[in-house]
Parts: sequence; structure tokens; C-alpha cells
Amino acid sequence: MIQAAVFYMFAILAVFGGVMVISARNPVHSVLFLIFVFFNAAGLFLLLGAEFLAMVLVVVYVGAVAVLFLFVVMMLDINFVELRQGFLHYLPVGAAIGLVLLIELATVFVGWHEAPEAKQMIAAATPDMTQVTNTKALGQIIYTKYLFLFQLSGMVLLVAMVGAIMLTLRKRPSTKRQNIADQLARRPEDTLEIRKVPVGGGIG
Amino acid sequence: MADLLVNLWFEYLWPLLWLVIKIVLIVVPLLVAVAYLTYAERKIIAAMQMRKGPNVVGPFGLLQPFADGLKLFLKETVLPTRANATVFFLAPMLTFFLALAAWAVIPFGPGLVLADINVGILYLFAISSLGVYGIIMSGWASNSRYALLGGLRSAAQMVSYEVSIGFVLISVLLTVGSLNLSDVVTAQKTVWFFIPHLPMFVVFFISGLAETNRSPFDLPEAEAELVAGYNVEYSSMPFALFFLGEYANMILMSAMTVILFLGGWLPPMDIALFTWIPGPIWFAAKIAFVLFFFLWVRATFPRYRYDQLMRLGWKVFLPLSLAWLVITAGVLQFTGLVPK
Repeated sequence: MIQAAVFYMFAILAVFGGVMVISARNPVHSVLFLIFVFFNAAGLFLLLGAEFLAMVLVVVYVGAVAVLFLFVVMMLDINFVELRQGFLHYLPVGAAIGLVLLIELATVFVGWHEAPEAKQMIAAATPDMTQVTNTKALGQIIYTKYLFLFQLSGMVLLVAMVGAIMLTLRKRPSTKRQNIADQLARRPEDTLEIRKVPVGGGIG
Repeated sequence: MADLLVNLWFEYLWPLLWLVIKIVLIVVPLLVAVAYLTYAERKIIAAMQMRKGPNVVGPFGLLQPFADGLKLFLKETVLPTRANATVFFLAPMLTFFLALAAWAVIPFGPGLVLADINVGILYLFAISSLGVYGIIMSGWASNSRYALLGGLRSAAQMVSYEVSIGFVLISVLLTVGSLNLSDVVTAQKTVWFFIPHLPMFVVFFISGLAETNRSPFDLPEAEAELVAGYNVEYSSMPFALFFLGEYANMILMSAMTVILFLGGWLPPMDIALFTWIPGPIWFAAKIAFVLFFFLWVRATFPRYRYDQLMRLGWKVFLPLSLAWLVITAGVLQFTGLVPK
């Protein structure tokens, strides 16, 4: 009973947060509500017994992605009035996309329920949860059966990262950069010169 | 009816009450520790600079932290005119809450842990990576240039050093074979991990300094350029909450160092004299030892420049910890020491 109550709490708060993400006037508030949604999703994962996924959701999405997101939004100079004006204009398009997603999700779930092969795959996918921990079970699947896909997704991220760096990197010869190796390689003899200066004579 | 009440009491209310009692038993000593950490910091730095430090309030100035707390409590809470009130007050609360929430999974002794969850390390990592929100939110909500710059610096800094902390954690996890913190400690029965993982111990400690915004990485609050950074607009209790959160985070980071590398509650040697001392006392003593280094560093090193900070995080620690991860995995695999 308590579990059901907690589920409904997380679910309702997640939906509320999701609505607030798109309806909040201030973009920074939107991002904060998005973080709130992530938290509730993590709570839902915990209820399902997927503790590893819950923690990773918090670490990756809240701890890293949303921080950078917030970082960008805070730096933007946004005209709120202008932003609001397009709302009604884009509403049908957004609703249509949402509807398509809903239908797709429904198709997947119905297929999962109805297809005879799917049931066997569910049984085969997870090892006995009383024997191994959630984390171990995930590791065994990801690093053995789906190793190639796992590495591939890593490569996709790497390519995106390299691409982003290549697009924004420009050599600026005018800026002075600290070269630690150069600094450490400097000897006193290279830069210092000690002279005896005669009194009243100056260094000449 | 009476049956139902008895049932209700033993099924729900008593466990809940017991949980609250346990939480209080963790939080109150923690807050006292935070108060005396500020005192210890002032005394130790004073000793290193050949001053006396606080010595007026109470014997040896021992009541100084409470005098400071009372002073902050009695001050006026100022809300800047153009500040975003909700976020402004949410930020210090969040900082303080997160600093306390992480202690739920810390094992103080064998079995002495509030929540003995399977993914304890990940939970700690998640909570400590959330710490940045308190700072970045306060920086933005203050609507002040200094605060915003402090918040942005902090966000970039903490995200950068989290990466290397994550890799250090994975190296340790590989040698343990479990994400449970009690398992991490018991795995160090034979040898504390700071010996086989010495480079990572150093990396972790330095990253911990950066993660808690302590000097020499205290750029978010660089008083010389940003006047106090993200908390410049805060006064009274909100400021006190930031302060408490920051020091509680220091203790937390020390506790993490102790659990991961210094054997948690285990005595240094398994001999009679050492085993008489109970585990929680060893744990506290080790935390105090690590905290002393935090304070020592502050009294010794000048502040890093921002580009140096980023260089250290991304160009030194990240490759180093990544290489160490690969080495650890390789050694474990080829010597057959992989934990089952």
C-alpha cells in the first residue's frame, strides 16, 4: 500500500514538473523543474528495484548534463515576451509530436504484451534478482551480450565531442599560454645574470 | 481496535520513530563536528601563522563557534531587491540538505549505518555531484555579477573534478567488487587501499579539495576578485546554511577518503590494543586526520589561477586516473585477483 502511495507521489510530481518545464515563464525555472522531474524519475526507478539506473540517472543527468544546461540558460539573454509570443503558434506542432510519441510508445507496449516471443525474452533478459545485485546483472548483460552496442554508443558520444571541439577550437596566436614544461625546464642561468655593479656607476 | 493500534504502532510508527532517532543521532554529532571544525580551522591556521586564534569566548575560545552561530542567527535576513526570492532561499537549504543527506549511507562501524544500500558509492557520488546546484542557483538568484561569476566558476570546477573522482571511484570499486560501502571497508582488512592505489589517493584528495571549493581551489569565493563569490548577497541564516553545508561537505569528503582509502572503521593493525578501541572512534580519528590536511593545505598554498585549475583537472588528473583504471583492471585480470 505504501509502495503504491509512493509511486503515485513520484508519478504525480513528475508529471507536474513536466508541465511546469514547458509552462514556467523563466527558462532557468524550467531547467530547475526539469531537474525535479529527473529526481522523480529516479525515485520511480528505485521503486522498480532498479537502484543502479536510479543513481546513474541522478549522476549523469542531474549531476552533469543539467548543470551544463543550466550553465548555458543562465548565460543567455532571453527576451521573455518574445519567447511567449510563439507559444500558441507552436502548440499544435508540439501536441502532434507528443501524440505521435504516445502512439509509438503504446505500439511498443502492446506489442510487448501481445507478441508470443516477447515473453520468453523478458524471462531471459534478467537473471534471478535474489542471486545477484541489480548492478551486477546489468554489468553482465551490457559487457557480454551487448558489448558491441555499448562500445558503439561510446564512440558516437566521442565523435560528437570531437566534432564540437573541432568546430569551436580556433588558434589564437595573440593569447599567451602557460607552458608548464617550459617553465619547469627553465634554469637560473638562462634568465638571470648576476653582475657586480660599481657604486655610483650604474649597470651601463 | 486495540489490536489494530498495536499493529499500526509496531508495523509503521515505531520503525518510523526509530529511523528518526537514528537520523538525529547522526545529524547532531555532525553539526557539533561542523561547529568545532570551524574552531579547529581557526586555531590550526592561527598556530601555523604564529597567532593565537579565538581565545576569548569560553576556555581556550571553545565556545566561539556557538557565539558565531548565535550572531548569525540574530542578524537580519536580507533579500536583494531584484533577486529571485524562491531560488534565492532554496539554494542554501538545498546545500545544507545535500550535505546532510549523504551521511545516510556512511558506515560508522560494522553494521552501524543508516541505509546499507547496494549502490552506496554511487549514492555518495550522486549527492556530491548535486552540491553544485546550491552554488549555481544562489549565484543566479542573487542577481549580482560577483555572485553569478562565482556560481559559474564553481559549476565548471565541480563538474571537471567530478570526472576524475568518478574514475578514482571506479578503480577502487574494481578492487572491491561491490558498490556497498561496508563491503569497501571490509575489503581493506588485509591492506588499506591507499597503499596499492597511492596515486589515486593523492588525486582523490586533491579533487576533494576542488569539489568542496577549499583552497587552493576556492575560486568560487575568491575574496580578492569576487568579494565572496556566490554567497556575497547572503546574510544571517541563509549564509549560515551555506557555511554549515560547506564544512559538512568537507567532513563528508574526508569520510569518503577514509572509507575508500584508509580502511574506514578498521584499526591499523589487527592486534589486541588496537581492536579494543571501537570502530566508530577509529573512523572519527581518521576523519580528523584527513581534515587536518584540508586545513593545512589552506594555510600553506596560494590560490590557483582559473586556467591552472582547469588544466590540472582535465589534462593531468583525467588522463592519470583513466590510465590507472586501465592498469588496475589489467593487473586484476592477469593476476586473477578479480573479486567475485
